Amino acid sequence: MEILWILLKIVIVFAVLMVHVMYATYFERKVIGHMQVRMGPMRVGPHGILQPIADGLKLFFKEDVIPEQADKGVFYAAPLICLISALSAVAVVPFFKGFAIANINIGLLYIFAMSSLAAYGVVLAGWSSNSKYPFLGGLRSSAQVISYEIAMGLSLVGVMMMAGSLNLTDIVMAQSKSAFKVYLIPQFIGFFVFVIAMFAETNRTPFDLPEAESELVAGYCTEYSGMRFALFFMAEYIGMIVMSCVGVVCFLGGWNGPFDVPGIPFFWFILKVYLFIFLYYWVRATLPRYRYDQLMALGWKVLIPLALFNIVLTGTIKSIVG
Amino acid sequence: MEPLEIAELLKKRFPGQVIEIKESRNQVGVLVKKGRILEICRWLHDDPRLQFNHLADLCGVDYLGKRDCRFEVVYNLYSIPLRHRIRIRAQVPEEDCKIDSVTSIWMGANWHERECYDLFGIEFVGHPDLRRILLPEGWEGHPLRKDYPLDGGGKNWSGYEEIRKKAKDLRQFDFYGDYPDPTKEKELKDVAGKDGEYGQ
Amino acid sequence: MENMDNNQRPFEPYEIQMGPQHPATHGVLKLDLELDGETVIGCKPTVGFLHRGVEKLSENLTYAQALPLTDRLDYIASMANNVVYSNAVETLLGIEVPERAKFIRTMVMEMARITGHLLWLATHALDIGAMTVFLYCFREREQLLDLFEEVCGARLTTTYTCIGGVRQDVTGHFLETLYKFTEEFPSRVREYETLIDQNRIWLKRTQGVGIVSKEDAVSLGLTGPSLRASGVDYDVRKHLPFDAYSEVEFEVPIGKKGDVYDRYRCRMEELLQSNRIIKQCIEKLPPGPIRADDSPDLVMPFSKKCVTADATFKSGVIKLVEDRKHYMEGDVYVSGECPKGELGFYFVSDGKGRPYRMHIRSPSYIHIGALPFLCKGQMVADVIAIIGSLDVVLGECDR
Repeated sequence: MEILWILLKIVIVFAVLMVHVMYATYFERKVIGHMQVRMGPMRVGPHGILQPIADGLKLFFKEDVIPEQADKGVFYAAPLICLISALSAVAVVPFFKGFAIANINIGLLYIFAMSSLAAYGVVLAGWSSNSKYPFLGGLRSSAQVISYEIAMGLSLVGVMMMAGSLNLTDIVMAQSKSAFKVYLIPQFIGFFVFVIAMFAETNRTPFDLPEAESELVAGYCTEYSGMRFALFFMAEYIGMIVMSCVGVVCFLGGWNGPFDVPGIPFFWFILKVYLFIFLYYWVRATLPRYRYDQLMALGWKVLIPLALFNIVLTGTIKSIVG
Repeated sequence: MEPLEIAELLKKRFPGQVIEIKESRNQVGVLVKKGRILEICRWLHDDPRLQFNHLADLCGVDYLGKRDCRFEVVYNLYSIPLRHRIRIRAQVPEEDCKIDSVTSIWMGANWHERECYDLFGIEFVGHPDLRRILLPEGWEGHPLRKDYPLDGGGKNWSGYEEIRKKAKDLRQFDFYGDYPDPTKEKELKDVAGKDGEYGQ
Repeated sequence: MENMDNNQRPFEPYEIQMGPQHPATHGVLKLDLELDGETVIGCKPTVGFLHRGVEKLSENLTYAQALPLTDRLDYIASMANNVVYSNAVETLLGIEVPERAKFIRTMVMEMARITGHLLWLATHALDIGAMTVFLYCFREREQLLDLFEEVCGARLTTTYTCIGGVRQDVTGHFLETLYKFTEEFPSRVREYETLIDQNRIWLKRTQGVGIVSKEDAVSLGLTGPSLRASGVDYDVRKHLPFDAYSEVEFEVPIGKKGDVYDRYRCRMEELLQSNRIIKQCIEKLPPGPIRADDSPDLVMPFSKKCVTADATFKSGVIKLVEDRKHYMEGDVYVSGECPKGELGFYFVSDGKGRPYRMHIRSPSYIHIGALPFLCKGQMVADVIAIIGSLDVVLGECDR
């Protein structure tokens, strides 16, 4: 029975997540559209509400072109690595009290592990395409993800110290007992570093160098087409949602809100996640792209020292206060 | 300085090089021999009274059947600090179709000269990278010469034939199968006559 | 030891071809880049994919017939090409343009400059990654293109001027709409600036990138805002004023360092100056004829018989033009300040109704020629920024 229940949970989460991924693209196009004095999709359905379905169908029926010189096995595997690692990270996220597919004690570490695995997908995609632009994109991506992984890990150490746990549910519980109810206020340096690293980790603007459209055409996924390309796309959006979830759990108090909404235990969680996602879009509509060397300089010279300083500060205050 | 004065100065400085000074619409053109063109340009560029630092334009002209000397290379010079201009025209005969390059004086002359070489076939001695520029490598003839036919002589560029052949070979991957070559209209008609419609 | 030496391969640059189909090369420009990591150590531009032989074509057309070909040079601001071409032909033929036509030409040329610069800003920002500026710029560009449509019936390929004046007079509605536009345009420019001007990432991407010194810029033949950003005060509108430029007040913005940021600043300032010129033109627009009395034009042959045979048709049209008394032998070089830089026409005439030789000095061609010099030692991302900052159009480059 236990297994059946877990399987049911997986199916529910997967289905809900996929719908959210679909509508995250729609939401993005609408939000950015209105920021850019235009309407966004308007044609398919009322206000373009069916646009994601049309896109999905289109990508599904597109011809799947595989370059002759590509390393075929790796070429097939790369988008799957990306997608599976992004999806598995969702397993440990507590959407509301007592609801997580796997409530494991090393939840945060598990999410880090999975998000770094996603980098393999990108690197392998760049390598196996046997083409020059994807190769450069893959190289950029590996350097970027490794550097920002460190900054991100360190930025969350403060949270771990305050909560005394790596279990995501425990972190939320600890937050609701803390003085400010959220870790955003005591951990604002950590939050700052986390948000920037989060953008870099998911390859979004202003750190979208691996797929910098104007420089590297489409970066690592230049040679991909049809459904394989869509898999990368889905992985990117799931990655965004996972990172937003981590942000919500670690800094914004998870499913807790100012008051309880009866019947919808995940109301505050979803709302906060969408705040993060909106931030993604807002930044995308506003900022230009960093250059490769500037990106590395920002990661190593600014974010990592800041995160280390945050750890020292948190430790000091914790030892003084209690 | 007035352009005519500059022309006179030039004539004095390089005696025997200036063939003709001609004014048209307030613009002065100096026709010179090509032998010392590099020196002349260097002097025009360096002399503190002239300072022609801006090479506005460099191009060739073909006077086939109009003048004894078939080609001319025209330098339109402008001095940004002193605000005066002059035009130098250097004669280049057909049998010795060469002239010294001025890239050492104006870096921007590089592409002008390549264009002139491409379209007129005038060789620039001392140019760092004299290749065709607007036309593909392997093009026959120089189109802006007056004896080059306007329709290209009815002959296709060899590279184009190659591409066409390649495209034809790739037709086997086409979704709609092998359809007839539209360039061979005559064969098309034959097919149509036999089957009543174009073969798919 | 020997084995180790054998294992060490000699350094080979990583070669990539950027273009001719690449989102950031503004057309069909192809760059062969040699990379060491992300640093560019060699750059070889290839142009000519859009070569249509405009110069050869125009040798077989009358002066009036060759005018539409100039639309296709810098197709982003074709009005400016029309004006410069007409000026050149008028100088050659010795035609004096009426005062009203001069003001109208100045006005449309500055409108073309704004449309050109707006498209430049849009694509340049998009290349660097700022997407929103792109659409903001198109909002204003669209208004101007609608005005172009009102005055000559076409948005891009305008062919508005004719030899000796302009084709149609401007309407009151046109002037009113344009005046309204000039009133609000400065606030729009400020809006673009709020998006990128103080943006740290934008500054990081543009400042100190693609620096070209004063001397190098002149020697390379750069013109227009790209030259002025290096601190050289050269603007054809001021140096050799054409049309009504001597009668309007404006300033020429000059940069200091000559990097991508300075080129950006120069063009932004020019937007405002152009706006100022348009405003003055509307205010000072004198009444009077819009075309010189002795201007030749493409006139249709009167009898229908001429149209049937191709050769007669052509000669019927040309006749009117070739009958003119004062076609003179000789050559002129006339240039004008286009959005991209100095556009020059060099005409050699043998006294007939067609140019014996027409050479177009296109700024984009020279600017692309300067790319290898500018890109050396920069990073791949900078190459994009530099191409964007030079503002090249391949239609003009390849002719």
